[in-house]
Amino acid sequence: MPNPDRDIWITGIGIVSSLGEGADQHWDKLTAGTITANAETFAPFVVHPLAPAAFETQIPKKEQRQMEPWQRIGTYAAGLALDSAGVKGNTDILSRMDMIVAAGGGERDVAVDSAILTGIGKSDKPEAFLNERLMNDLRPTLFLAQLSNLLAGNISIVHGVVGSSRTFMGEEAAGVDAVRIAASRIAAGQSDIVLVGGAHNGERQDLLMLYEFGGHTLKGSHKPVWERGEKGGLALGSLGAFLVLESRKHAQARGVKPLAKITAVEAGRSNRSEGALRRSLASLWGTIKAKLKPGYAVLSGASGAAPATADEHAFLKDLGSGIAVRASGTYLGHGLEPQFPMNIALAAIALGRGSLFPPRDATGLEQPAAAAPTQIVVTGVGHWRGEGLALIERAD
Amino acid sequence: MTAMQDKAGRPIVVVTGMGVVTSLGTGKADNWAKLTAGQSGIRAISRFATDGLKTRVAGTIDYLTKEPLNTAAMSEMLADLAVEEAVAESGIGAKGDFPGPLFLAVPPVELEWPQRREVAVASGANDAIDYRDLLRVSAQFPTYHSRFMFGSVADHIADRFGTKGSPISLSTACASGTTAIQLGVEAIRRGETDAALCVASDGSVNQESLIRFSLLSALSTQNDVPETASKPFSKNRDGFVMAEGAGALVLESLASAKARGAKILGVVEGCGELADSFHRTRSSPDGKPIIGCMVNALNDAGLTPQDIDHINAHGTSTPENDKMEFTGTDKVFGEHAKAIPITSNKSMIGHTLSAAGAVEAVITLMTLQHQRIPPTINYLVPDPAIPLDVVGNTARDAKITHALSNSFGFGGQNASLIFGREPA
Repeated sequence: MPNPDRDIWITGIGIVSSLGEGADQHWDKLTAGTITANAETFAPFVVHPLAPAAFETQIPKKEQRQMEPWQRIGTYAAGLALDSAGVKGNTDILSRMDMIVAAGGGERDVAVDSAILTGIGKSDKPEAFLNERLMNDLRPTLFLAQLSNLLAGNISIVHGVVGSSRTFMGEEAAGVDAVRIAASRIAAGQSDIVLVGGAHNGERQDLLMLYEFGGHTLKGSHKPVWERGEKGGLALGSLGAFLVLESRKHAQARGVKPLAKITAVEAGRSNRSEGALRRSLASLWGTIKAKLKPGYAVLSGASGAAPATADEHAFLKDLGSGIAVRASGTYLGHGLEPQFPMNIALAAIALGRGSLFPPRDATGLEQPAAAAPTQIVVTGVGHWRGEGLALIERAD
Repeated sequence: MTAMQDKAGRPIVVVTGMGVVTSLGTGKADNWAKLTAGQSGIRAISRFATDGLKTRVAGTIDYLTKEPLNTAAMSEMLADLAVEEAVAESGIGAKGDFPGPLFLAVPPVELEWPQRREVAVASGANDAIDYRDLLRVSAQFPTYHSRFMFGSVADHIADRFGTKGSPISLSTACASGTTAIQLGVEAIRRGETDAALCVASDGSVNQESLIRFSLLSALSTQNDVPETASKPFSKNRDGFVMAEGAGALVLESLASAKARGAKILGVVEGCGELADSFHRTRSSPDGKPIIGCMVNALNDAGLTPQDIDHINAHGTSTPENDKMEFTGTDKVFGEHAKAIPITSNKSMIGHTLSAAGAVEAVITLMTLQHQRIPPTINYLVPDPAIPLDVVGNTARDAKITHALSNSFGFGGQNASLIFGREPA
């Protein structure tokens, strides 16, 4: 029997993206249907650049200098989440607060890389040349801005979250699993309060290269994620998203109201052979189906990549025409690891406001919502691997 | 009748299979023989040119492949070997059908210089090359996408060994292997699964990785006699030695292991962690996070400091780590600290980084099994500031019931595990 004391409440949200920061700015832009994509800076690649953020309000200048953008985005979003949960600076809680961060990393100094690539072809001793240039040109602290677990490290240093610190890697699935493990630990009484989320800097040529290897990037002009055709394409987005998850008992003891609750988080992995993704989603869906009530909505984390997004489209279409589906990636771009926590945050906001943002999809999958949603299923389908679902509900 | 739950009413978690690969060799038997003989796996680096480098030694695994591999491919190969051994020993499930989830500690994955250069050459640019040139031809290299995904090694292991659910790849820097075990313990304690495959692998000795650590002044520069470069707890220690390796453990609930008549290799009695908010690479000078980490592990195991009779140290051989590990140990164990034989496997196998927690967990469990402690070699000039009972230079027989294994990493990552013998 589930123990209501161990219900998983969302008590804090910290989000930042191309749409701005915080619930209001995100909701206003989504409702207005504002597209923030940029096709010029990295032409022909389309990206969603971070909106200007007042980093200094969460991160001392001295600490910012030790960080690369992805870490600043994440440490900033984590601070917003702690503020939102009312635990910022509360050392009693922070000292036992658990943390799971979903992270990539490896942010490169493209100027150093370019100079080495330019010189190495002309060198008689290329290996020795590489050693010499790396020894002289790499900033010693750059490594600490590249290590995947150093976003968590920075959050410990800047915000004092130290109960535990774990970093999951592995693209979209890392974000799904971070939330899944955090929620499982709370439900089982292994943890009372967890900071979970991640960050992504989409304005990186080295990352564009990684996705361009697989032919996954969106080039030319922006389109809604469902309309990117057979070739598909993901537009990298800069975004940070953190949630404070808390057991109902722990939240009530400190007099805190929930923004929403997480009723289920499920994750799977298919090998993406023909039909495998849809079977995986169907199997995950089977685990939450009995909990769904008429009028639920779906907030999809579709990336736009092919064939994953087309497969997800087909799966959602089969659910029936009465279900309101929305894809936030049309507006946010795709941020890999933090995409799932971001969409859980947006689902909590939508439940709180009792509305969804308008459809934007010429394929007809996204339909106007008939009524205020009380349940939202968040999907997280990786562009290459990993399938996830979460059921987010109003907590009252 | 054996109790299936611990004092806290949680399922007891046992180890029923283990595998290990280090620079000393492949497999538990080979490693144990060499570890107890005090042999070093550290050697001069031959994999890449070391011209101009301050550090030219490492615990590379050179006996498995002639071809230099990238970090992801090397980590995958080492993990494969360790998992094969562990799964075979445990006899659990069926071939390619492991009945539980995978928790895998791996180094961060990224494109490396050989591939970057290959793409640069393909771009045909011969003046100033920049990323726009690389991006122009990147689509000609489709296999690099999946190879350099962070989740790629876990995806391969999950496919090959048939683990269930979404495999988790994780990093807590040099505590990663320990965290992988901890995640497995927690999943079994939650009753989500009867078994978990916990693996840690690191094959990241390449030019840029070595230079990154070198620029942080973390590495030993005692290159002349590679075997003696790593000297934990010695006064003349000057840094750690990078190394490769992998460790794998099959964790199971005691009830499940008993039910299928599996041989029990040891018990994971407790896990502890506590992050440090002091600095990105240095521990809080008061040692509080390290102390709290070990105390959390003791509390989780329901043991007192007096119950611990062996410590498998993090013992990296850096001036900072070994001093801080002493400070923490001294505070937690008080007078008893000097009575606990402590050793650092890193003296022989180097620092296997992401893999260290799991490699050293396997060695700690073998220590419990054989009631014999592998030595800390190169312990010729003991650091007087570290008055601990270091098992110096030669292996020692000892009666051990509960052993503590520590892992501390960059980014304030501290994690400790306590292992015990099969419950009566």
